Amino acid sequence: MESGPARELKITPIRNGTVIDHIPDGLALEVLRIIGGSGLHRNSTVSIAMHVRSAKQEWKDILKVENVEISDRAANAIALLAPSATISIIRDFAVREKHPVTLPDRIDGILRCPNLECITNLTEPVETSFEVVHHRPIRLRCRYCDEPVTDFLPQLP
Amino acid sequence: MRLAGGDLVAIEDLDRPVIEELLESARGLIPAAEGKVAPRTLDGKLVAMAFLEPSTRTRLSFEAAVQRLGGRCVTIADPAATSIRKGETLSDTIRMISSYSDALVLRHPRSGAARLAADVSDRPVINAGDGSHQHPTQTLTDLAAIHEAHGTLSGLRIVILGDLKYGRAVHSLIWALALFGNEIVLTSPPSLRLPESARQRVRGLGGRIQEEPELAQALAGADILYVTRIQRERFPDETEYRKVAGSYRIDPTTLDGVRPGLRVLHPLPRLGEIAPEVDRTPHALYFRQAFLGVPVRMALLQAILGGGT
Repeated sequence: MESGPARELKITPIRNGTVIDHIPDGLALEVLRIIGGSGLHRNSTVSIAMHVRSAKQEWKDILKVENVEISDRAANAIALLAPSATISIIRDFAVREKHPVTLPDRIDGILRCPNLECITNLTEPVETSFEVVHHRPIRLRCRYCDEPVTDFLPQLP
Repeated sequence: MRLAGGDLVAIEDLDRPVIEELLESARGLIPAAEGKVAPRTLDGKLVAMAFLEPSTRTRLSFEAAVQRLGGRCVTIADPAATSIRKGETLSDTIRMISSYSDALVLRHPRSGAARLAADVSDRPVINAGDGSHQHPTQTLTDLAAIHEAHGTLSGLRIVILGDLKYGRAVHSLIWALALFGNEIVLTSPPSLRLPESARQRVRGLGGRIQEEPELAQALAGADILYVTRIQRERFPDETEYRKVAGSYRIDPTTLDGVRPGLRVLHPLPRLGEIAPEVDRTPHALYFRQAFLGVPVRMALLQAILGGGT
């Protein structure tokens, strides 16, 4: 049996990839669903730390995705659920870029339209598209049918 | 006019000066719509009518409008007789039709179909009703009727009665009435109230919106009574439809004591909402309203296809 100091079970640093930090406590899996739309975990290891104590003594989740630098589009959509999250791009163990997520003017291809009668819910070769019409609280509107969306989790694929 | 070469998907695509300009142009086109003069402003133009949901007035008035201006139409009046039946997507259908014509008029059962069509079409797209979303040319027609009756589009008390939930004509109309600054009174069965989303869109535009479940109260001092049909085809199930079907009916007694100048509008078709006896009262304006759909659509087609006004 192992002896000595308790082994550190925190996630180890990654060589290349993306770290999403400051995710609200308990939302890491939903954030993964947002960025997972691009099929990123086919070639990458994903590590999730949930309910981690932050420097500010608040609880948060952390998501690390190896070998993938997530697209701006996916990163910005994270702002729907985790407006306080930060994105760090890691190359060769060093943080090359770090920035907070910023809500874009439009959210394309991430959410489904809650209006079942919307043309985007038919078998059309079309991406959903929502305009951000209000920031706090975040309110979206379908570019096609004008349906408002304020509850984002049920609309994730 | 800013509409030239552009689409008309939602009534919000138009601003107040453009709406006023279109209606003025429509007034000038009434003799042409009646066949008294024959302008040739759409000479050589081919307009495609893609009606993928049943329609009488909208399709015929668009076809009449094109032909009264010397243009020609190609028409899908029955989707069952097209490749859509075989499972062709709307996007493919629209790309094909737009390559055959100079402009495309679309009616579709799904909300947002017109925006999708405008995105994929190389030619201007006019929304002739998409699901329960919008019906902007009906709104222009309604405004033309209101203007003809009262000489203004502002400062009126307008009662809208019926299906405010699924009625696409209502969703477009309320926005325009708010834009022009009117007092809008909504009267509907509780289950067919105006959706919050429609209410949010008009917030801040001007005008006032209130709900008044009692029709007699709503009609006090009203200038316009806009009646709509409860649309069976939009209800998720028949039971819900039966609960509200026939829940209101306008007859000459309903109109006792209203302002003499009150005019009754209806986008038609009507079922039992307006008794035929109302047709013979000076309040009935719905057939004139249906006629005004022709000059209004003529004005719109001219503005979009650049025939000049």
